[in-house]
Amino acid sequence: MSIFDVLFRKKEPQSASIAKERLQIVLAHERSRGGGPDFLPDLKRDILQVVAKYVEISDEQINVQLESSAATSMLEINIEFQQKG
Amino acid sequence: MATVVTVTSGKGGVGKTTSSASFATGLALRGYKTVVIDFDVGLRNLDLIMGCERRVVYDLINVINGDASIKQALIKDKRVDGLFILPTSQTKDKDALNLEGVGRVIDELKQEFDYIVCDSPAGIEHGALAALYYADAAVVVTNPEVSSVRDSDRILGIMQSKSRRAERGDAPIKEHLLVTRYDAGRVERGEMLTLQDVQEILAVKMIGVIPESETVLTASNLGQPVVLAPESIAGQAYQDAVARFLGEERELRFLKAERKGLLSRLFGGG
Repeated sequence: MSIFDVLFRKKEPQSASIAKERLQIVLAHERSRGGGPDFLPDLKRDILQVVAKYVEISDEQINVQLESSAATSMLEINIEFQQKG
Repeated sequence: MATVVTVTSGKGGVGKTTSSASFATGLALRGYKTVVIDFDVGLRNLDLIMGCERRVVYDLINVINGDASIKQALIKDKRVDGLFILPTSQTKDKDALNLEGVGRVIDELKQEFDYIVCDSPAGIEHGALAALYYADAAVVVTNPEVSSVRDSDRILGIMQSKSRRAERGDAPIKEHLLVTRYDAGRVERGEMLTLQDVQEILAVKMIGVIPESETVLTASNLGQPVVLAPESIAGQAYQDAVARFLGEERELRFLKAERKGLLSRLFGGG
C-alpha cells in the first residue's frame, strides 16, 4: 500500500463481506439439494423426451423435485405447457 | 483403540499434505504412535514433505495387492520416535485403491498404532472416498477463500453420507476445521474472509488457524514437517492445533497483522 492508495482509496464494499454473502447463498442452495439422489437430472431429461413426443415443450417447462421428510419422500413433477389457442 | 484421522479438503493446493505431515508429526511428538498414509495414488508427495523420498521401497498399493507386508512398506521417521510413513504408488492409478483392500491395511495398522492419519487426494472421487471411508475423525483443511470454503462444505456432506460410519448408522465422523494460509493483514483490510466468517459458514469445530508463512515453503524445501521448526509461527500454530485436537484448551494465536514501520507503510512494499 502506498500513500496514493491511502489518499485516493474509494469507498467500496469490502470484498470479504461480498465473498461471505455469496458463499452463504450458494451453500444454502447446494445444501438443500444435497443428500438427494443423483438421478434427478437424468429423470428430468427422460420425462422431457417422452412428453416432447406429444406436445411441444422446452426444458424450462418441466420441474422435478424430491422432497424428503423423516418417514416419506415425495417426488414432485410439474410440467407446464401452453394451451393451443 | 486406534483412531483413523482423515485430512481432506475437496479443493487442491490448500495444504492437505503439509497439514497431514505436521499433524502426524505433532501427534507423535505428544507420544502417540502414529502412521501417516499417502492416498494420492499417482501423485505421491507426502514422502517429499516428510523428507523420506529416497527411502521408499514398497508402497500402499503393494501392500493392498499382497506384494509386500506392511512392515516392509512402513518407513520409520528418523527424527521423531513412534512416527511412520506409508507412501503411495507413483506409477499406478487411483483404481488400485479398492475399499476392501484399504480396510484390511487399516485394520492391521490399528493393531500397532494409536493414530492413523490419512492424507487425502484432492477431489471427491475414488481416492478421496477411499481416504475418508474408514475415518473416525476428520481434519478439513480450508483456505479463507470462496472456492475452498465451498469445496470443504461439499466434502463435509460426502463424509456425512458416504463414509462407513454413515453407511452403518454409527456415530458420525468427528469433524474439525483447520484454516490455513490465513493472512491477518488482508483480513484487517477487509480483503479476506475472517476466521469467524469461515467458521460460521461451515459450522464445524475449529481446531486451528495456520498463518500464511514463508517457513512453510522452507520446510518443504528441506523435507521437514513445519511443526518441527520451533521458531516458525506456522509450526507453533500446528502444535496448538494438535493440542486442541487432543482436547486441550488453547487460545488462538497469530491473528493480528504484524505492524510495519511508518515509512514502509507510506512508500509501499506490502
